[in-house]
Amino acid sequence: MPDFCGIELAHPVINASGTFDAIAARRVYGDALPANFPFSAFVSKTITPEPRAGNEPQRIWETPAGMINSIGLPNKGLEGFLAEDLPQLAELPVPLIVSVMATGHDEFARLVKGVGEREEVAAIELNVSCPNVHSGLIVGEQPSETEALVEALRPLTEKPLIVKLTPNVANPADVAVAAEEGGADAVSLINTLKASAIDPATGKPGIAAGHGGLSGPAVRPVAVAQVRAVAAVVTIPIVGMGGIASGADAVEFLHAGALLVAVGTENFRDPRAGSRVAGEIAGALRAGQSSAQIGNAA
Amino acid sequence: MTAPFGRRLCKVSESRASGGYRLFSLIDPEGHEPQPGQFYMLATESHWEQSGRRPYLPRALSVAETGPAAAGVRLDFLIEGIGPGTDRLCELEPGEGVWVNGPLGNSFSMPRELAPGAAGAILVGGGIGVAPLALLRRSFVARNIATRVLLGFRDAAHSGGLDELFSCCEIKLASDDGHVGHHGYVTDLLATMLDGDDAASAAVYACGPPQMLEAVGAMCTEAGAACELAMESPMACGYGACFGCAVPKAGGGYLRLCVDGPVVRPDQVEAAHA
Repeated sequence: MPDFCGIELAHPVINASGTFDAIAARRVYGDALPANFPFSAFVSKTITPEPRAGNEPQRIWETPAGMINSIGLPNKGLEGFLAEDLPQLAELPVPLIVSVMATGHDEFARLVKGVGEREEVAAIELNVSCPNVHSGLIVGEQPSETEALVEALRPLTEKPLIVKLTPNVANPADVAVAAEEGGADAVSLINTLKASAIDPATGKPGIAAGHGGLSGPAVRPVAVAQVRAVAAVVTIPIVGMGGIASGADAVEFLHAGALLVAVGTENFRDPRAGSRVAGEIAGALRAGQSSAQIGNAA
Repeated sequence: MTAPFGRRLCKVSESRASGGYRLFSLIDPEGHEPQPGQFYMLATESHWEQSGRRPYLPRALSVAETGPAAAGVRLDFLIEGIGPGTDRLCELEPGEGVWVNGPLGNSFSMPRELAPGAAGAILVGGGIGVAPLALLRRSFVARNIATRVLLGFRDAAHSGGLDELFSCCEIKLASDDGHVGHHGYVTDLLATMLDGDDAASAAVYACGPPQMLEAVGAMCTEAGAACELAMESPMACGYGACFGCAVPKAGGGYLRLCVDGPVVRPDQVEAAHA
């Protein structure tokens, strides 16, 4: 039973933001969804201050062992989220983590205050790394910017703040240290890797935006390396993710220093991947030479 | 009725050529019978994401026919190999396993639900888009709804599946190369019908390439005929998670074709995308 920033979780597998819409899935699968909820906590799709329609299609492109996406953070905005989505997400049988993103400190503050004061919300993830929105890169690429942002937001809520790190920097560990120094309670990584693909039939990018973020098993070794590097320099908990499709994959991240793992793209292939991965972790740990510490984390 | 939560392994009971396409049948031990227009996300048990190669994501396929089987529900899919995923599905042999998630998406409406005066139905299919119309036709025939079918094909190699899917039904064919039926587009056949009394008395249901759907939508709008289109879009998940299958909505914003479709009315989507 992992204790994540004071939140007791039934198992160490949560979802990556933007890879599972619990409200849509409830409509598709009915009561079987909450009765068999795949994750020990639910991370919402990223909320922005104002509504966003998202990017023009084509938004996704299959690659070897993965996909590129440029979805563009479609969401109802803070007011729409609080009024329409939050009451439905509050019915889920697990703690709720709300992912937020804004272009400046004031807007970020509005989100953190608005979401943080709701008792249905267990924690807040700060999306400073989404490569699909131009402004998202700025804060998450700079240790000083990251520290300043977290420092500014920290006093605004008592809820745990998780900083989601971008992999598209030379040294993500520097940004992780900055997040901890700014007052972050945890870091999560990795977000998607900046990527592009050209459609051989047209000679043009397969994604309308020209580029997007790569996810899926293709990115897993990069993610494991970055989790290891970050774990070596921070004391706060780490949520590790990047191409996790099995318990064995998850155990790599636990060994690398993650307390929790998140399943992302695999949810698209298997809606119950979270439960499956959680169930496979114990066996995968037994199969390996697990340390006592890792065993506790699992 | 909601879909069973999660993917399940189904066995291939049959796989064979059907005209220019392949037709394979799966036995779904868990799910209920799908409604016409609904689809499934499919990935083969073996040689899918093999050694990190494509195909990686499951593929969305509309169901062409269904019926009770000894060990569950039989699902028939018509398929054309146009890439690594559909190529692999074309190779399926009886006894192989296929991961199945569904039935997903909405379904076609009855003619009178679309327009009070619409007593009959005109089904317009292009190429592989004939698939969901087969199940729709059977559903209408079972309800004594007068149903006519217009099918268009590019050439002899992209044609067929007709005998099994559209037996006992009034059917008119068109082909781009003239190898069968009217030499031209299937929309020519529709135009003739809509010029007559049919615009008011029949609802039009279409599935096929984007240009065909756009033409059908525009023709029906102009003629005042009720219409539903089964659309297609790149799709990673099929259940609302990935937001990849966005289609521009009339008036701004996007529909997620997997949960808001795949069946839409022409006035729901931006004309250039219908």
